[in-house]
Amino acid sequence: MMKRGWVTPVILGILALILPFTLSSYYQHILILVIIWITMASAWNLLGGFAGQVSFGHALFFGLGAYGGGLLYQHWGISTWWGMIVGPVWAAAIAIPLGLITFRLRGPYFALSMLAMCEIARIIFTNWVPFSGGAVGVMISRTWGGEKLPYYFIILAICAVTLGAVALMRYSKLGFYFLSIREDQDAAEALGIPTTKYKMYALIPSAFFTGLAGAFYMNYMAYIEPRVVFNLEAISIMMILTVMLGGAGTIWGPVLGATVYVILAEVFRTIPGIKEVHVLVFALIVVLIIMFLPDGILGEWDKIKRIFIKPKLAS
Amino acid sequence: MEFFLESLIEGLLLGGIYAVVAVGMTLIMGVMKIINLAHGAIMVVAMYVCYALFVTLGLNPYIGIFVAMPTLFGIGYLLQRYSIRRVTEVITVLPETQVLLTLAIGMALIEIMRFIFTSNYQTVPVPGVSGKTLYLGEISMNVAMIIGFVVAIVFIMGLHLFITRTDLGKSIRATAQDPDAAKYMGVNTRNVTCLTFAIGSMLAAAGACLLLPAYYLFPDVGHVFTLKAFIVTILGGMGSTVGALSGGLVLGVAESLGASYWQMGYKDVIGFVIFVLVLLFLPGGLKTVIGR
Repeated sequence: MMKRGWVTPVILGILALILPFTLSSYYQHILILVIIWITMASAWNLLGGFAGQVSFGHALFFGLGAYGGGLLYQHWGISTWWGMIVGPVWAAAIAIPLGLITFRLRGPYFALSMLAMCEIARIIFTNWVPFSGGAVGVMISRTWGGEKLPYYFIILAICAVTLGAVALMRYSKLGFYFLSIREDQDAAEALGIPTTKYKMYALIPSAFFTGLAGAFYMNYMAYIEPRVVFNLEAISIMMILTVMLGGAGTIWGPVLGATVYVILAEVFRTIPGIKEVHVLVFALIVVLIIMFLPDGILGEWDKIKRIFIKPKLAS
Repeated sequence: MEFFLESLIEGLLLGGIYAVVAVGMTLIMGVMKIINLAHGAIMVVAMYVCYALFVTLGLNPYIGIFVAMPTLFGIGYLLQRYSIRRVTEVITVLPETQVLLTLAIGMALIEIMRFIFTSNYQTVPVPGVSGKTLYLGEISMNVAMIIGFVVAIVFIMGLHLFITRTDLGKSIRATAQDPDAAKYMGVNTRNVTCLTFAIGSMLAAAGACLLLPAYYLFPDVGHVFTLKAFIVTILGGMGSTVGALSGGLVLGVAESLGASYWQMGYKDVIGFVIFVLVLLFLPGGLKTVIGR
């Protein structure tokens, strides 16, 4: 791991620093979307892929992060850039009581109780008009107007920090605790790992980074509404499916999955006459991937390699 | 008082239809030990089958149900046999891979429907039923919902008899209790799980067709129904027909009263709060309270 582990990130990092200067505004926008999704998918993967706590409601943290800045602006006219601090902190803070409630449940029950929490948040933000502005949402004017590069480097930094934090946690003692909880919670408990505590250690950074992506989304898109940021299909489920495509429990899986998803979406959006087909195509791809490569593309990389490269027989 | 009774009855009628949908889900959960998150999507497919029959042949949903139910029986059987079963027999990183597969399948089904029928809201009115109300003293009742409720109860009772009295029903229950032991007793458990998924999908289709005359339909409605069915299943207790029936009625009444006395917009919060509370404090569901 330590020998070649730094090569891929360095190459990708240099590419990510140079590439945007050569691209038009449209492709810069797509690149920004890709990186937002990589951040979100990696954050989900920390809790879902490593600690094995599959959450169906991560749009909750995305929405809270986005509304952190949104509410500051709405109520006090403070710049939404402060939301980059307030949003994720708020999301992580709310994650603590939620975790204490939902971590008593296991497997699918945990997953769906998170979904319930997210839906409750969406309904509250839609209906509690004096607090959130209701279904009309929050609209700001963009700091840099049509200029994409400043946004690009901000989200790139966020993404790098997220990936770094995930990799650091994965290869520390913490990461091995997460894996042991994923593999067998009872055995982990029997070995003296306080499972609820370590699940919290996975949930809090996961919520924080998802919230950070949400806060950036607020600043970049300059418009949020509850139906968009707390969306079950387009955010909660898509975060899971991108990770499943790339490979849950791997560091690069979410990167691959998110890239494929955004590019697919954009490619199909440019074909005239068909709307929203990208979700269908993506869903079908994920169905096939889960059926034939249940651990995702990178999770089953060895298996894929074996199909193309015949293993050498010992003579 | 009339207002209260009206809300109560409206809730009970809706609850009956929730129950027939949830009975299918609880059956699948009981036998296969997985949550079928494609359940709502299957309902949407059934609704669009009815809609297509209505548009092309002018058949109303009460006739369309006889086409939709076998169709969804077939789709359910094929999905389980050729797709979901593949994943139940392999060891994967995430233990919930099957659930995530049903989630992806559900999304694909909904998107296929969107591709064919677009996202527009559609209605399938039945002359003499849709929009008609029946008055009982001061209390008004929606005719379509009454028909839906009665038929739903008939289906639930039919399923109950099927599960408790027939040989196939007994092998389904045996597989639910202990798949290995069932296999030793000569039950073809693979086939039984496929049939269970098919029957569950068929019941979801029945619920969908019964709702159709009273509601409008669009592809995204599938997610809502998956959640409702799941709430009812948890509320009632896994694998119990009586539990699903009582859970459905409780959810229907709670939502209806909530919409009447609280706020229309917060109606769905009630279901989710009930769901989390039941999971935390009554993990067996109403089944344990009723005692069967």
